Amino acid sequence: MTPLQTAPVWTAAAPAIILAATALLLLTIDTIDPDTTNNGLLATTATLGSLAAGGVAARFLMAGTGMESTGGAISLYGDALIVDGMSLFFTLIFTSVAAMVSVASYDYLADEQYQGEFYSLVLLAATGMTLMAMSNSLATVFVSLELASLPSYALVAFLKKNRGSVEAGLKYFLIGALSSAVFAFGISLVYAVTGSLVLPDIAAGLSGADELVGVLGLGVLMIAGGFAFKTASVPFHFWAPEAYEGAPAPISAFLSSASKAAGFAVAFRVFTVAFPLGTISSLGPGGIDWSLLFAILAVVTMTLGNFAAATQENVKRMLAYSSIGHAGYALIGLAAITVDGGAANGNVLGASMAHLLVYGFMNTGAFLFIAMVEKWGIGRTFEDYNGIASKAPIAATAMTVFMFSLAGLPPFGGFVSKYALFYSAIESGFWWLAAVGAMNSALSLFYYSRVVKAMWIEEPAKSLEIGSQPVGLYGAVVFAAVGTVLLLPGFQPVIETAQTVAAALF
Amino acid sequence: MIIEALIAVTFLAALVTFVVPDRYAGKAAFALSLVPVLGSLYMWQQYDASGNALLGGSAAFETDIVWLQLGQYDLHWLVGVDGISMPLIVLTTILTTLAIVSAWTPITERQSQFFGLMLFMEANLLGVFTALDFFVWFVFWEAVLVPMYFLIGVWGGPRRKYAAIKFFVYTNIASLVMFIGFISLVFGLGDSISSLRLPEIAQALQAGQLGGFAGLSAGALASVAFIAMFFGFAVKVPVAPLHTWLPDAHVEAPTPVSVMLAGVLLKMGTYALLRFNFTMLPETARSFALPIALLAVASVIYGALLALAQQDLKRIVAYSSVSSMGYVILGLIAYTTYGVGGATFQMVAHGLISGLMFMAVGVIYNTTHTRMVTDMSGVADRMPVTAGIFVAGAFGYMGLPLMAGFAAEFFIFKGAFESTVMEAMPLFTAAAMFGIVIVAGYLLFAMQRTLFGPFEFDGDYEITEAPFHDVAPLAVLLLLTIVLGVSPDIFFTMIQDAVNPILELGGAF
Repeated sequence: MTPLQTAPVWTAAAPAIILAATALLLLTIDTIDPDTTNNGLLATTATLGSLAAGGVAARFLMAGTGMESTGGAISLYGDALIVDGMSLFFTLIFTSVAAMVSVASYDYLADEQYQGEFYSLVLLAATGMTLMAMSNSLATVFVSLELASLPSYALVAFLKKNRGSVEAGLKYFLIGALSSAVFAFGISLVYAVTGSLVLPDIAAGLSGADELVGVLGLGVLMIAGGFAFKTASVPFHFWAPEAYEGAPAPISAFLSSASKAAGFAVAFRVFTVAFPLGTISSLGPGGIDWSLLFAILAVVTMTLGNFAAATQENVKRMLAYSSIGHAGYALIGLAAITVDGGAANGNVLGASMAHLLVYGFMNTGAFLFIAMVEKWGIGRTFEDYNGIASKAPIAATAMTVFMFSLAGLPPFGGFVSKYALFYSAIESGFWWLAAVGAMNSALSLFYYSRVVKAMWIEEPAKSLEIGSQPVGLYGAVVFAAVGTVLLLPGFQPVIETAQTVAAALF
Repeated sequence: MIIEALIAVTFLAALVTFVVPDRYAGKAAFALSLVPVLGSLYMWQQYDASGNALLGGSAAFETDIVWLQLGQYDLHWLVGVDGISMPLIVLTTILTTLAIVSAWTPITERQSQFFGLMLFMEANLLGVFTALDFFVWFVFWEAVLVPMYFLIGVWGGPRRKYAAIKFFVYTNIASLVMFIGFISLVFGLGDSISSLRLPEIAQALQAGQLGGFAGLSAGALASVAFIAMFFGFAVKVPVAPLHTWLPDAHVEAPTPVSVMLAGVLLKMGTYALLRFNFTMLPETARSFALPIALLAVASVIYGALLALAQQDLKRIVAYSSVSSMGYVILGLIAYTTYGVGGATFQMVAHGLISGLMFMAVGVIYNTTHTRMVTDMSGVADRMPVTAGIFVAGAFGYMGLPLMAGFAAEFFIFKGAFESTVMEAMPLFTAAAMFGIVIVAGYLLFAMQRTLFGPFEFDGDYEITEAPFHDVAPLAVLLLLTIVLGVSPDIFFTMIQDAVNPILELGGAF
């Protein structure tokens, strides 16, 4: 059923269409007025476009578009795309992050060239992510993944006179190209076994795959590798610290929040729809138990991310590793799925999605604070952060909120979302996974609190000067902080929506 | 609604104070903090609860709405007060206001942040004492730590960073252990509860619904959960071997923060012990009577002996808190109406008196810039009013009749002697009573050396009487101590009303 009873069916893809149109509009503005210095116009257009797309997605979610209450998922273009609650939920994450990043970039880019390109690339990447969440066929998964990735490579290397930025872009691109190749190979193997690229048809084709279970297993493994790259999970995580550190900070925020969520969106859908655990684990000798694979990846990813983060001296790099750690938490959503889990499967997957939404606010905010610090020209290590609170108390308060929320302390959104995630994992019988997660959470407090301690308690260096008060960055950071706090009392609608839409996948 | 309004107004006051310019922050915070004081007094006047909120009594000003529906157990926003929490709420609001006034002199930089954090902490403390849902309670409980960490770490003494981190790590690990203990209890209850509301859990436990969990039988699970929760709360109280964070935190914290720490934050531990361990698992508590009584007496005696050995006035008061909290534990384990009621009364009394003592030490320090007993003598000559209140407060600590400390300790000893939890209880009580002698000893000794005798002072500072706004909070606290000592019934009646249902479970009647 369409969002408006009388509207044509393609309007269900409105969020993606709005994002794409905004990207084109930004290019048009840039064509009319090349090398424009009117940063305000570009930033406003990009922000409004993101907000409009997010608003439509939120409206659709509330109206129940693509959900069971209005007749189930809407399938578009010969089953290539699908609009359901899950795709809309993830669209909401991407668009809110894109909006915050656009607002923040207004100040961050103030003296840079090629601003039109910057904003349109951000919007194009957001379009790609939205399409990833909507993909219902491995072909569209691949295309939309590339649509999201290619602008990201360019954005990481955007500061092209900065060696760190260029190096980061190149590393990101090379590993991205490798993982794309692995991913495409995996798709071809799955196609060879099942004879289809459309996700539900793959599931249907699995029944005849008893003899080719080895080939299929290899294909599934390679596809999982592609997702590991996109979500910055082990074993394709090592690009993340380099890319996040070298990239302009708003882009680090964008990649580590939205792009990661996009990877999870498509991973959740492909593995639950195309490779239902009940069918695939009973194939041939031994079957393919991907939930075990993800359980191992989750444990390794969160532990490695946390331990690496604890040893960093550079705040941005610490956040990069912490972002790997959080990918490990989100992987619990796939790891804790069981064959006879019933409602518990939807609950744990939904909890993981809700955590990604909260994470979208707190992690974006943290990276945008880094952007602000870079703008002030303060160094990048913990020591350079000493005493920032005495000069910029509001921004430091916001950063404190992000740090404690990322660590999972009350009274912030990160506390309930982690609680919901670990609780759902226990409900699914994976108490050991929840225990590892909780221990990692406790450990993470060590390095997050170092930032807080540096900002508030250490004496500032004599030379600490804060020149400007960037309005856009302040706006975005405060918005993210308010969002992080309000997600504690307002968590009920988020988790309810997430678990409902996740349950529809099974 | 009034509880929500009280907490919201306090949060709002914190926000406003945060943006007020430094020069006016102290005055603004004082003015704003009067609103929660009036609010809590209004609540007290309108108070209409009966019984224990956890054990089927009716709590006053109760709100119960579903906050989160997650899996099997719903999380509720459930707040309300009964006779145990009402006095503590009044204590919290009044003590915060007085601590704010006492901070006008010593806090000279980043005032708006300091006073904002004080109010932020007050709001969370009010949440701790009103929340009746485990999850809501835990959120507030943890949220108290954050402002405390900053208040010690930013405005503290020379070793503040070490003290702040030590406080943070100790109490967070304690919270984690306690959380695990409580949650294992919840899992042990299984399907017999549908939410994490404390009354529901307490009543399910009374009804014997606790099953086994993770390979433990119901009885073993209760013991394990009891120990984990006791450990978690004992760090906060603090009980003797777990007290080492306290002197560091107290000595490094600025005086107004010490007032809050000793006056209210320590009571979070004893309040939680009463609400969780002693209300929910009374049989288990009685079976552990011997070790708990031992710990209580050890806290009383060891804390007092440590205080005796100190040269720093603030350390003396800090260690004597360990000793006083030992009495609370002794009263709780007695499981008699005067024991548990007296322990609750002691929470309030000790809040007032230890606040008074810390403030008095702070006022002397503001003038002399030293807290070392050996550095001064005869201060009463130059600061007669402050010294007079100091002496009065010290006598309150020693348990002078007609002051709150006497009433509290008398109730506890009476209750502990009557106790039937074990044969040897009178023996423990007698041993604990000996603590009073040591308390009197170190306080008199310290006062004799600093306040009396010929005036001597090595520093470069002019010693004169403290300004009015430094002395006024002391006078108010002294007045309240005397009022509560003369007529303890203002609080004790409602305390007993809330405590008696616990005793029926404990089998004392």
